[in-house]
Amino acid sequence: MTGDILGFLFGPLKEIWEFPIFFVEVVIGGLLTGVMYSLVALGFVLIFKASGVFNFAQGAMVLCAALSFVGFQELGAPIWLALILTLATMLLMAMAIERLVLRPLVNQPAIILFMATIGITFFIDGLFQTIWGSDIKRMDVGIPKEPMEFGGVLVNTFDIVAALVAGTLVATLAFFFQSTRIGRALRAVADDHQAAQSVGIPLRTIWVIVWAVAGLVALVAGIMWGSKLGVQFSLALIALKALPVLILGGFTSIPGAIIGGLIIGVGEKVAEVYWAPGIGGGIEDWFAYILALVFLMFRPQGLFGEKIIERV
Amino acid sequence: MANKGRVIGDTLLKVENVSLGFGGVKALTDVSFDIRKGEIRAIIGPNGAGKSSMLNCINGFYHPSAGQITYKGQVRKQMRPHETAAGGIARTFQNIALFRGMSTLDNIMTGRLLKMKRGFWWHCLHWGPALREEIEHREHVERIIDFLEIQAIRKTPVGRLPYGLQKRVELGRALAAEPDLLLLDEPMAGMNLEEKEDMCRFILDVNEEFGTTIALIEHDMGVVMDISDRVVVLEYGRKIADGTPDEVKSDKRVIDAYLGVPHE
Repeated sequence: MTGDILGFLFGPLKEIWEFPIFFVEVVIGGLLTGVMYSLVALGFVLIFKASGVFNFAQGAMVLCAALSFVGFQELGAPIWLALILTLATMLLMAMAIERLVLRPLVNQPAIILFMATIGITFFIDGLFQTIWGSDIKRMDVGIPKEPMEFGGVLVNTFDIVAALVAGTLVATLAFFFQSTRIGRALRAVADDHQAAQSVGIPLRTIWVIVWAVAGLVALVAGIMWGSKLGVQFSLALIALKALPVLILGGFTSIPGAIIGGLIIGVGEKVAEVYWAPGIGGGIEDWFAYILALVFLMFRPQGLFGEKIIERV
Repeated sequence: MANKGRVIGDTLLKVENVSLGFGGVKALTDVSFDIRKGEIRAIIGPNGAGKSSMLNCINGFYHPSAGQITYKGQVRKQMRPHETAAGGIARTFQNIALFRGMSTLDNIMTGRLLKMKRGFWWHCLHWGPALREEIEHREHVERIIDFLEIQAIRKTPVGRLPYGLQKRVELGRALAAEPDLLLLDEPMAGMNLEEKEDMCRFILDVNEEFGTTIALIEHDMGVVMDISDRVVVLEYGRKIADGTPDEVKSDKRVIDAYLGVPHE
């Protein structure tokens, strides 16, 4: 019995030792999937940082952006026009959410706003599928998908492009939030609505900016995931994979969303390839959550999250 | 012993017949008073008298259901808080409303937001004129930090600071906006004697050195009578007295209100 358990736990390590190239491929595959998780997690972090709201609708926004982008193209718009129209759609959505949902709920506890975003999720999921149809659509933005070889390791070109795009987006946003005047205003709004207003920050404008930026991130994530999996309802569920990423990285940290995404991506891929056969397969779906749970015990604020210190 | 030799100017803010109701509850009824340029004006009254509601009306958090507020000679329609802030009104809060996750320095820097002139895109670039502007404002903030003697906690996240210091940082953030009218909601609540003395000194210095007009709510009568030029007294949302500290102190209705004696 003990032998079985030891065999299950350590057997795969022998495999890794014997076929290192394959292991490197698995890790790289995991890293690149992780980048894609980070993209979704980033949208959550942005809104959480700037309004203290956990925006459950982020996944739905990814779906809406992807659906609109493909939809406009099907109507005959060239890629660049479809991109602009989709951006405009996301901006309109941000303004509508601010006007119809956030404004009446100013100064309400975060849990109320969270409930509101659950409502928004199901509403926009339904609305956009009514408008654009719920069939699975193919998305092609012209990124090559052929594998490339680096020193004997095979890597998908598409994944590399995705990683570069995500990296650029993250670097820009991290800088925007950390060091600019608007970044400081956003953090102020997240901390205290009333105080932010009293120093002259226009709450409504800030909220529209934040939701529009989250919409932009959703669009990028939607294009990347849509090209990989096809545009379909399950895109909205990818958001759920962002949750363990957020727990790992911390809800308030943009770099955290990236590192968290990478750890989850690699962790679940390696676990799936090497340990899943020992217990009958299919651990990719829940492994990330176990990892996040264990992590919670030791660092509840996440890797880079702000540690909350309350004086009592 | 309010400071002599200061110049008290014309009316800066005038509240006329202001009423405010929440559903069936009348928070303020027909309240009128004025605040003159350069003075320290106290608003006092028992708990629930409507003092904070009054400040919230002035600052734009609440909109009076009747009456009008004239600020700098202009009758204000419904003003939103960030608009009153742009008009030169800064404030602190009864229960401290700091940005807890940020350092002392960043908190006070937010007070400068309205003074920053460069546009959105410049600040996205964070380069050239925008960067120079940031440095100028940083210098101003450093002067405030010196003035309030909080150099040692410059980089500390404010959530970690003791209560008295948090109040001081909040004052700093309000000062950073270089306000024409500074509203202080119980600046000394919960402080010990020494902290109160410090706070009194800061308030008097701000008034004297920068000529800032101050309206404050405070429960400590000793402090109120010492530092303010004129006092307005509210009870159950109505004004019951208005005048110099000495006049107010000897007013029968005020004594009754504070001792809880019903007056005939």
